[in-house]
Amino acid sequence: MRAAAIEAVVIGASAGAVQALLHILPGLPATMSVPILIVVHVPSDRSNALVTLYRDRCRLRVKEAEDKEVVADGTIYFAPSDYHLLVEAERSLALSSDEAVHHSRPAIDVLFETAADAYGPALAAIILTGANQDGADGLRAVAAAGGVAIVQDPATAQVPAMPAAALSACPTAHVMSIDDILSYLVGLAAR
Amino acid sequence: MGDAVEDIEIALLLEAIYQRYHYDFRHYARASIKRRVLQARTQLGFASVSAMQDRLLHDPATLPRLLNYLTVQVSEMFRDPSYFRALREKVIPHLKTYPSLKVWVAGCSNGEELYSLSILFREEGLDQRTLFYATDINPQALKAAEAGVYPLSEIRKFTENHQKAGARTSLSDYYTADYGRAVFDKSLRSQVVFSDHSLVTDAVFAEMHLISCRNVLIYFDRPLQDRALGLFRGSLARKGFLGLGSKESLRFSVHADGFSDYVLEEKIYQRRDA
Ligand SMILES: C[S@@+](CC[C@H](N)C(=O)[O-])C[C@H]1O[C@@H](n2cnc3c(N)ncnc32)[C@H](O)[C@@H]1O
Repeated sequence: MRAAAIEAVVIGASAGAVQALLHILPGLPATMSVPILIVVHVPSDRSNALVTLYRDRCRLRVKEAEDKEVVADGTIYFAPSDYHLLVEAERSLALSSDEAVHHSRPAIDVLFETAADAYGPALAAIILTGANQDGADGLRAVAAAGGVAIVQDPATAQVPAMPAAALSACPTAHVMSIDDILSYLVGLAAR
Repeated sequence: MGDAVEDIEIALLLEAIYQRYHYDFRHYARASIKRRVLQARTQLGFASVSAMQDRLLHDPATLPRLLNYLTVQVSEMFRDPSYFRALREKVIPHLKTYPSLKVWVAGCSNGEELYSLSILFREEGLDQRTLFYATDINPQALKAAEAGVYPLSEIRKFTENHQKAGARTSLSDYYTADYGRAVFDKSLRSQVVFSDHSLVTDAVFAEMHLISCRNVLIYFDRPLQDRALGLFRGSLARKGFLGLGSKESLRFSVHADGFSDYVLEEKIYQRRDA
């Protein structure tokens, strides 16, 4: 089976996210053209903290996702706090203030399900450390659409509940350490 | 990609709702409305979106239930306190120079934003000379807005927001607790006209001094946003103010020139005339 070329990456993380992403994002090369969309659960008054944190440490452009913005290559987008991040079929971003999902807004499921719709098999989705169930349904949707599903090895995750839930919802997902996840993403840049 | 048949069904459903009931969701941001249509299908127990459409066309009683999925009723009092603080500190001083005022809360949902403004205007001594218009397309939401009753469990958040918005009074001055509910004082709505109005299909309101429309345009596609913004431009008095949601902006609109930035970080704009 020959995998489709990956055109976008989505990442979901919760408790322990900041450390896990520090292991990944700064390691991505400037030549990486695939856009990366990220939902992290953060308290709703810490709006821009993530962008500020990673912007200076990354070689790629890092910004907060804006409503109706066209997804650009080589850019890392963070969902703003208190809004869901969605991907439209024409590959632009949308925000919404719909109900929280799994007590979370932004919710990983919302990003993953809409991205699966927009990108189909050209999507890679990664669930990292976290303490809840968000992202499990989303990851299953990504896999069902033919995309690549990846779960951080619960044994090595700072908080294993979320990757474990994702894995039981989507048993075919690839289980990887943080280092393997980084290598996988660097590999996308090389292609 | 996704399920192509489902996408067709959704487009047909929205067309059916429009032709049969004149609610026009055809140009709402699609990813979000799709999620909500599919949620309605599942939770209302239909086997497919087409089956739901069939019922909807023949049984008008289905409409209100579906409307509760298609429109999003998520709100808080003094949501984004910094917005209300900016109104208090930067807009209200300007409004105080008028002998009478008209304020339009467009997409008022269950009334949280309306009561926030009504309290703000009272605190600033403008309540006696202000007439509020509170509009929405969801009749159930309008009814809830007229009632002004919220779960007591939300009051802590509302109070915190109110404080952060620079409160001059205590929120508890405005409601009485009753069986787990906070019932807001009806004097807060003595100068409010509630009405069914769609930013998609209805016309201008006259001579507003302030229009607050938050987290409604975010659900529209670009052309529809432009229609609504044109409506606001036409509904404002000279130098009137427009406040949008924190993730909404005039930046890409064809009407950008019709407004100037007033408090940019809070998405508060002022009507500009040549
Ligand atoms: C998310 S709520 C926003 C409530 C409040 N303004 C706030 O910011 O908290 C969106 C509201 O817009 C209303 N709405 C949706 N489409 C509309 C339209 N075409 N015209 C007027 N209101 C609309 C919905 O019924 C809902 O009450």
